[in-house]
Amino acid sequence: MFHPWPWYVAGPLIGLFAPLLLWLGNRLFGVSSNLRHLCAAIQPRRIPYFGYDWRREGGWNLAFVAGIVIGGILAGVVFRNPEPVAIAASTRASLGALGIHDFTGLVPRELFSWRMLTTPGGLIAIVGGGFLVGFGTAYAGGCTSGHGISGVANLEVPSFIALAAFFAGGLLGTFFLVPLALR
Amino acid sequence: MMDLRHPDRRREAPEGGAINETEDRPTSRPSAEMFGTEPSRGAHAPGLWVYLLVGVAFGIVLTKSEVISWFRIQEMFRFQGFHMFGVFATALPTATIGVQLLKRRWRRTLGGDPIAIPPKHLGKGVRYAVGGTIFGLGWALTGACPGPLFALLGSGVGVIVVAIASAMLGTWTYGLLRSRLPH
Repeated sequence: MFHPWPWYVAGPLIGLFAPLLLWLGNRLFGVSSNLRHLCAAIQPRRIPYFGYDWRREGGWNLAFVAGIVIGGILAGVVFRNPEPVAIAASTRASLGALGIHDFTGLVPRELFSWRMLTTPGGLIAIVGGGFLVGFGTAYAGGCTSGHGISGVANLEVPSFIALAAFFAGGLLGTFFLVPLALR
Repeated sequence: MMDLRHPDRRREAPEGGAINETEDRPTSRPSAEMFGTEPSRGAHAPGLWVYLLVGVAFGIVLTKSEVISWFRIQEMFRFQGFHMFGVFATALPTATIGVQLLKRRWRRTLGGDPIAIPPKHLGKGVRYAVGGTIFGLGWALTGACPGPLFALLGSGVGVIVVAIASAMLGTWTYGLLRSRLPH
């Protein structure tokens, strides 16, 4: 209950959500659409991209995301793993060289805290990173769940391209932007 | 402006009978264009609470498997550990087998609706390559894709709410620039 789950338990479970949602209500598993639904709900200017009935199209997915938050509370607070994430010693060394020394919790407090939000590094990682996630997933039409799992499971060529691009971008980000944020 | 819709995806008459007049707007049919399937609606469709519960399960799996951990994402992009690769390597075949069985063998949702996933439109593929790379950069910086952002929020990393707001701003910016971007 308190221990983290190994990949061979977690991976197959994660893979079940795409067919499960399809079977339940013909819904395509994909989380990034919710960023669009949230914008459509607010609709700060009348942009056509957000001009649809967000309750009808996205109500189910927003309920799904509310569930993810609750799941995070259950697994990350109530049944929290007290140990640091057991990453490879080489990763600890690499990150240590970049200035990360606190390995407790799921994310480094030296980057993700309210205090860091006022520093250039925190701004790059939290605000900049968030913006790139929102812009990139909307442009690509999906994220790790929508393309990486749903699209690949439906054997869609665009999703294979997107998944390769996610990884390429991740490598660039890791070796060029993360060091910038931690400088 | 380039029409990004797939030719097969014409707006059908909504339940009221009248054809919507916004036919030629690029967002005229979000549920088929971006959200994929024609979902189950009506009395036999699952209620929002069902999706909420599925979301809770997904949030627990994401958190307990540590795929929402910035440390795990760094370990993956530095090729220093197997955990994330193991998750993908088991999630993808599970999802693919499940989705293909549903599409080809069972063909019906729980409520008896036909399962049909319209194909994604490849076009020139620019949106998948460029959008995907931009998302990847953000994935490395925040250490989270959209699902994990919400799970992290639940697991007590409060400042992630800023990353989510920034991701919404990113999606909104895409909506603003959409007609000027190559797809």
